Amino acid sequence: MAEDELKLLGMWASPFAIRVRMMLEEKGLSYEYIEQDLLNKSELLLKHNPIHKKVPVLIHGNRDICESLVILQYIDEKWSKTGPPILPIDPYDRAIARFWAMYIDDKLLPSFIGFMKATTEEAKAEKIADTRTALELLEGAFKKCSAGKDFFGGDSIGYLDVTLGSQLGWIETAERISGAKLLDEAKVPLLVDWAKRFLTLNCAKKTLPTVEQLEKYARELQVTRWKVATAN
Amino acid sequence: MAETAKLLGTKGSPYSHRAEVALRLKEANFEFLHEDLAHKSDMLLRYNPIHKKIPVLVHGEKSIVESLIVVEYVDEAFDGYAILPSDPYERAMARFWARYIDEKVIPAFWMSCWTDGEMQKGFIAQAKETLTTLEGQLKGKKFFGGDSIGFVDLAAGMVAFWFGILQEVAGINLLNEEDYPVLCRWADDYCSIEPVKESLLDRKLLVAHFASKKEKIFATKAPVYD
Repeated sequence: MAEDELKLLGMWASPFAIRVRMMLEEKGLSYEYIEQDLLNKSELLLKHNPIHKKVPVLIHGNRDICESLVILQYIDEKWSKTGPPILPIDPYDRAIARFWAMYIDDKLLPSFIGFMKATTEEAKAEKIADTRTALELLEGAFKKCSAGKDFFGGDSIGYLDVTLGSQLGWIETAERISGAKLLDEAKVPLLVDWAKRFLTLNCAKKTLPTVEQLEKYARELQVTRWKVATAN
Repeated sequence: MAETAKLLGTKGSPYSHRAEVALRLKEANFEFLHEDLAHKSDMLLRYNPIHKKIPVLVHGEKSIVESLIVVEYVDEAFDGYAILPSDPYERAMARFWARYIDEKVIPAFWMSCWTDGEMQKGFIAQAKETLTTLEGQLKGKKFFGGDSIGFVDLAAGMVAFWFGILQEVAGINLLNEEDYPVLCRWADDYCSIEPVKESLLDRKLLVAHFASKKEKIFATKAPVYD
């Protein structure tokens, strides 16, 4: 493979893969996207991510970069002169962005995925409450990071926009399955506005699956993998 | 910034250790404020209201939390010693292995210490695999960072100093010279580095601390670092 060829191993429903695709689009970088079947892992995936055997994997020439947030920072640093920066320039602002990205992946995502895996009404209610708490904190984060502008990244999207933006379809899926409003205008108005803006962007339109596709997939997972529902 | 930074931490915590060593490597002016985790200070609750954990770096009016985020901040905000490499790919590899330590190496080892029966056997098998993988990353180098310590070495500080102590208290023998000669040699070299030595508690004290908390940890699986 040529020294500067880019390939991305991903999966259509994975927010981790989606966020990398969003950023590659935003930076205007050409790459070959190779969809992976995670139930039947390819030789390619096992070769390029032998440790975790997960997506996304960015293959740049003969180098493999794994872990979505590591990949985003690699893209930022390698193509720092192409397009807007992904992470802020100031060290403190960077620390804040890294903190919230970790929070989104460690607290928010497990909450709404946890809801879809829950079996008891009590567990479901707890996960919904956790999701709402996380979103309320992220509302505060948005206010601070955006400083009145359109995105977490300011005038253009950045690290946090794609980290959270890649999960928007899933959040709406959780809302449909639960019947509960999560991105509630009354509670998190700034995030609701931000989400509307984000979803109009090319990088979002090109990479996010529809909520219909995700809901179907989630309900399948509930039956087959998570075993919390039966097929009807 | 010439202002003295404040590090809220405990000497018993490997996470606090990462932040402290980073500051020492930069020869930064800082004040170590020892937290009593059983009675968290107003300062800790103010500067880390979400997680209420140490370490917390207070630099001017800014507070930075999560040990690896603190280390990256220290690397970027202070001049001097380079903790992360400059090449983007090498930086990506450093970040990848630091995460691997946090997500795979530490949890497997920790649970190996504080479980029993079949469950323990499973964790021990995982721990052995992760230690082998980690050792493989040294690849003939003195440190993970090369000739001098870097991001991954700091992340692996718990392996270098705390693992030996924990396994002694737990009565298991996972990390030993026979099975992991390269990793054990690295651990000795890491602990001999001046800024690291300055931040480590006396080994006997730490053994006594974990021994006294053994039952509690076994029951809850939660760490007690102060």
